[in-house]
Amino acid sequence: MSLVETQRTEKLRGSGWRELVTPAHGLLLLFLLVYPAMASDFFLTQIGGYSLILGMIALSLMLLAGYGGMVSLAQITIAGAAAYVIAIFGENNSGVHGFAWPWWVITPMAILFASVLSAAFGWVAVRTEGIYTIMITLAIATACFYFTQQNYALFNGFPGYSGLRAPEVFGLYWRDPVPFYYLCLANAVVAYAAVLYGARSTFGLTLQAVRDNPRRMRAIGYNVTAHKVFAWWLSGLIAGAAGVLLAWFNGRISPGSIAVGPAINILIIAIIGGLRHPVGPFIGAVVVVLIQTFAIDLVGAERFNTLIGLFFLAVVFLSPDGILGLWERVKPRPDRDAWGPGPERSGVRE
Amino acid sequence: MSMTRRTMLALAVATGLTAPAISIAQAESMKIGVLATFEGAFTVLGEDSERGALTAVQEFGGKAGGNDIEIIRGSSDASPDSAVRAARKLVEQDGVKILVGPLSGDEGIAVKEYAKTQPDVTFLNGSSAAQDTTFRDPAENFFRFSTDGAQWMAGLGTYAYNDKGYKTVATVAEDYSFPYTQVFGFMAEFCKAGGKVPSKSWVPIGNKDYSSVIAAIPDDVDAIYVALGGADAVNFLSQYQQAGGQAPLIGGSITVDQTVLTAKGRLHDILVGTPAAGPTADTNDSPEWKAFVEAYKKQDGAFPSPSLFAHAYYVNMKAALLALDEVKGDLSDGGKKFREVLSNLSFETPTGKVSLDKNRNAIADMFLTEVSEAADGTLLNKLIKVTPQVNQTLGIDEADFRALGKVSRDNPSCP
Repeated sequence: MSLVETQRTEKLRGSGWRELVTPAHGLLLLFLLVYPAMASDFFLTQIGGYSLILGMIALSLMLLAGYGGMVSLAQITIAGAAAYVIAIFGENNSGVHGFAWPWWVITPMAILFASVLSAAFGWVAVRTEGIYTIMITLAIATACFYFTQQNYALFNGFPGYSGLRAPEVFGLYWRDPVPFYYLCLANAVVAYAAVLYGARSTFGLTLQAVRDNPRRMRAIGYNVTAHKVFAWWLSGLIAGAAGVLLAWFNGRISPGSIAVGPAINILIIAIIGGLRHPVGPFIGAVVVVLIQTFAIDLVGAERFNTLIGLFFLAVVFLSPDGILGLWERVKPRPDRDAWGPGPERSGVRE
Repeated sequence: MSMTRRTMLALAVATGLTAPAISIAQAESMKIGVLATFEGAFTVLGEDSERGALTAVQEFGGKAGGNDIEIIRGSSDASPDSAVRAARKLVEQDGVKILVGPLSGDEGIAVKEYAKTQPDVTFLNGSSAAQDTTFRDPAENFFRFSTDGAQWMAGLGTYAYNDKGYKTVATVAEDYSFPYTQVFGFMAEFCKAGGKVPSKSWVPIGNKDYSSVIAAIPDDVDAIYVALGGADAVNFLSQYQQAGGQAPLIGGSITVDQTVLTAKGRLHDILVGTPAAGPTADTNDSPEWKAFVEAYKKQDGAFPSPSLFAHAYYVNMKAALLALDEVKGDLSDGGKKFREVLSNLSFETPTGKVSLDKNRNAIADMFLTEVSEAADGTLLNKLIKVTPQVNQTLGIDEADFRALGKVSRDNPSCP
């Protein structure tokens, strides 16, 4: 590590909570808190809630890709695993399993199971690098999709499970639009803050160093594999929490939700938003959900997927760093190098 | 002040979220949602179903109950989750009070479940044909004027056993609720007549390699019952032929339709003489059917003959428009009166009279067909026999029928 890098790292480590929480964060949070007062139920859950859920899954990918240099296509599979735990051990009306255990048992269980599964995927994937990580995680995602689709004993095959209900706690049914939105928001804020803070913790900085030069890190005594697998476990926590919300959001889970299409969708969200900063995946999710929902009204049923594709192509063509990068390009600043974690510290390295 | 700009950008994007919510204006037209598969493996079928729905709208001059009809489309990719998401958008964002769709089996069951949470909205099925959409745990506001996959098989099992003389049959079908229902409908008659089904193969949708499936089919069966759709059917049939398979075939409702019969290759020899059954027949001579085909052909990109998907969406859309005329477009009571009219509706379709049973599932005529060669060498489904007014329990007493159990991979069974 060069002297400059060390100094910069020291400076970063010195920055605490106060520097992370900016007035803009406050404004954004305020807006998100009063959003239910302005939005219809549809915009609250189908756009707002769904964006936050997809944003969290993409955030778990951003954590791996942005800080760990590991691009995973299996994040939706991990979220789906949590959703299947909810369906199998909670209540469903598909007549298969549905042990109706209470929510405070199955929810932590689902998230924990997802994170352990994620660590297991990571254990396999960390032996590879770059394009091979993408391929191996794609293989895992595809295998899981076909397995759930054809296995009836455990996963109830193609139709999957329906009739999943969010819990009723404190006299509130948590799938009602307003409570569900706040539930998603709370989860997303916690995940966002945790990633933002974690990126500057000792572990976060070590992980980024491992991404930049694993050989050197190994030489000075770090256990590179353990750091990477731990990052997978952490990202599994976020994806798992999002998976539980996804199960409650759709009220059902089927292999269609964890197919190859949705898996790539998560990657698109992360790329569109930008991998440099944890806010990127959420921006990407909002944009992607909006365009996927309303493109059919703009250009009709025959060509709406073309419009979606062209839009994504345009974003990636104009800015390889997604919308975050686009913003930086359009709005150059004199002190550009000074703000935020730049690409040299938290972007994806080739 | 790091990240300020980025976060402000997030704010700006988020502000855009509220704008469309404000701009929802109520127009003076009757909004009807059409939910079909405009993406994924069934896109071609989805587009044809839209043609069917639009044929009905044009027949009514684009008006129902005195109001202009506004069609709003929703797209799914044949997975139940995407169907529910699209239905939610149509109902909760676009505010449709009548929704026609969806297209495929498990989508129908999922949308039925969703219908229960929207009691003021009336759902009419598209072409989805799983039995449990209406038979078990039905929704009060879900109507199916098209019939289910077991009804479509009426007459086929008996014909295969008595007229074709097949005593043992192996089945090959896709692995989800619609083919289960089709196999159920076929076996209900075939097993009752005395036939045996020693082997059933279930393959995932979109399967490409059928070699293991073909190897698993016993050599001593008299025929193979195939319930595969579109590309799956073509792949299976050509691989079966290449593997030297000799057994004659029996077709499901969407196995030997025009998309397969017009496929290129040497399927010709093995397809001629294949019996099948379904809600429509290409060579139906009735003037109503011919008029429907003419009206259908005016749509953009129409096939030479409407698929059963176009037919099902047409019938359901027509039912909605007839009932709307009856209540003069008045849905102000949450559609209660509209649904009452629908429940008692009975009308003439291009394929004969349709009425509903107490589960709001259609009773209609079914067509037994056989693939034959026309004078110009093309293949078409020749009408053999019409089974009149088939109900959902296939003429069996309801209690006995219910005792047969839920359709699945293993039910029914007569090895």
